[in-house]
Amino acid sequence: MKTIGYIIQKEFKQIFRNKGMLPIIFILPILQLVILSNAATYEVKNIKFAYIDYDHTSTSRALVEKFNASSYFNVLTDFPSQEIASAALLRGEVDVVLEIPNNFERNLLKEKTADLSITINAIDGAAAGVENGYVNQILQTFNKDVKTNIIDTSKKPVQSVAIESIPSFWYNTTLDYKTFMVPGILVLLVTMITLFLSGMNIVREKEIGTLEQINVTPIRKSQFIIGKLFPFWVIGMGLLTIGLILAKAIFNIPMEGSIALLYAYTSIYILVILGMGLLISNFTDTQQQAMFIAWFFIVIFILMSGLFTPIESMPKWAQLITEFNPIKYFVEIVRMVMLKGAGFTDILPQLWKTMLYAAIMNGLAVWSYRKTI
Amino acid sequence: MSISLNNISKSYKKLKAVQDISFDVNPGELFGLIGPDGAGKTTIFRILTTLLIPGEGTATVAGFDVVEDYKEIRNSVGYMPGRFSLYQDLTVEENLTFFATIFGTTIEENHDLIEDIYVQIEPFKNRRAGKLSGGMKQKLALCCALIHKPKVLFLDEPTTGVDPVSRKEFWEMLKRLQKKNITILVSTPYMDEAALCDRIALIQNGEILEIDTPEAIVNKFPKTIYNVGADNMYKLIQSLQKYKYLYSVFPFGEFVHYTDKRDSFEVADLRSYLEKEGLVNISIEVAQPNIEDAFMELAR
Repeated sequence: MKTIGYIIQKEFKQIFRNKGMLPIIFILPILQLVILSNAATYEVKNIKFAYIDYDHTSTSRALVEKFNASSYFNVLTDFPSQEIASAALLRGEVDVVLEIPNNFERNLLKEKTADLSITINAIDGAAAGVENGYVNQILQTFNKDVKTNIIDTSKKPVQSVAIESIPSFWYNTTLDYKTFMVPGILVLLVTMITLFLSGMNIVREKEIGTLEQINVTPIRKSQFIIGKLFPFWVIGMGLLTIGLILAKAIFNIPMEGSIALLYAYTSIYILVILGMGLLISNFTDTQQQAMFIAWFFIVIFILMSGLFTPIESMPKWAQLITEFNPIKYFVEIVRMVMLKGAGFTDILPQLWKTMLYAAIMNGLAVWSYRKTI
Repeated sequence: MSISLNNISKSYKKLKAVQDISFDVNPGELFGLIGPDGAGKTTIFRILTTLLIPGEGTATVAGFDVVEDYKEIRNSVGYMPGRFSLYQDLTVEENLTFFATIFGTTIEENHDLIEDIYVQIEPFKNRRAGKLSGGMKQKLALCCALIHKPKVLFLDEPTTGVDPVSRKEFWEMLKRLQKKNITILVSTPYMDEAALCDRIALIQNGEILEIDTPEAIVNKFPKTIYNVGADNMYKLIQSLQKYKYLYSVFPFGEFVHYTDKRDSFEVADLRSYLEKEGLVNISIEVAQPNIEDAFMELAR
């Protein structure tokens, strides 16, 4: 016990004496949380919108006016012809081009139907999808207006039975992206920092040769590993604390569930990450190698965690892979506990899987750690 | 026997690092492993300190088998690897306390053993180990290896990269430790340090060439050695290599060490040959053979 205590003490001394490492551990995560949470949003704003109006009627002008009124669209210009509009689209000057054909108003009145052409720059597929959604929304409201205004004035009996749905967003009533993203980014920070630090730490002892000296001593494998990893467990919990405080102070993220539950889960989750870090350092010889491998896993884990893209929209095989992704569980838990107020029984399935994962990872890591070369 | 190796072999894939090594070190002896880089010295150290499992053969350290009783060995040996391997970002005192703690002891408990070494670095005890000079680092590493009062001390090239004065001091320290009944196995590529050991093993390409006291090894040298000097060293060696009676020639400081094939060697013969070759200021005199000559002869 005394030995473990001294190793932990030594480890903390080394961390706090490493002038390059300290800011990486404490300043960068805070910056990331503040910057990423504000930047990472699914909303697309300031869409560069242009139109070609061949019709030149009050109806076509009313349609353009609808776009103008929307806060998502910046109505830039009207182009005299399709060719010029295409050229502008190619140069990236506009994102969305609306083409209103000749006789637009007349067709609407007479035949109760009219065609429009929308061209969207889909270099960024995700943004194009969102833009398409906005355009459709505007066209729908325009449709309704047309029905009431234009068609009604023609004194024809119209019976419009419209079923309207009014969505109500639970757990995040205003659909605020920050409420959704901040807990996720918090997960990312705790995971990244603890994995990198623990992965590089034992490898560092290999690199500077101290491991050879340690291995000749009677110190037990378990003592050494616990002594080495415990400080990073503490740092991980510290990062969670800093993150939660910032989430409340800066972004005013709700904390519906029990903080104690979140800490309890995180304390087990970090064990998974530390086991992974130890496993990486067992199979590498230099800090660079450890860093690359850690990056590789982190990138896959993050992209398949449901943090940025919903897991439900992934293909079946990919969803199967995400079952092995510890970050996925942590993201789920953090969102469930913070936003939904989930209790102990609600998170039990994820908790079991995480505990199993921690046992397997640390088992493998301790088993593969060798005191001989 | 303090250390005993019986037919130890170890290969790294196809490369045979050491082959069929056997030797014994007596308790309280200062035993030297002398050989060039890549001779297999570090491999022997790693096997004896239980870092490496031997491919074939058996070995014991302080009466414990290196494979079966590795735990006991780790308690009773001190090891100083060739590379400085203490924590550079911890102070002198913290390093020492750290190693004392993981051996389950304290600095005070074995203070008498390290005292005369530690007093030299004590003024810098709050300095980080990385900021120490090479000689100081060596002394600290030795202190850390001694902190748990080991029965056997393994020093892998302890003086490589250390200045001549510190090297001399270091060997004096080893001599003093030996008097405290610690068996020391030391390796070095420096032949002049070999003469300071009780017994040495000359080793090359993973095989032992000779084991004996330094004096005996020198005395066994079969030839008479001549110190040959001239103005142009490079040309001198080239000329000697063309000489038909040449047995061996090696540069040695400001002279070359020359041995002749014939039993009856005339200094005048060689002098006139060298003069014919156009060399000036020629000096030829009999020299005492040393370990280096013996090694070169054995390694031929």
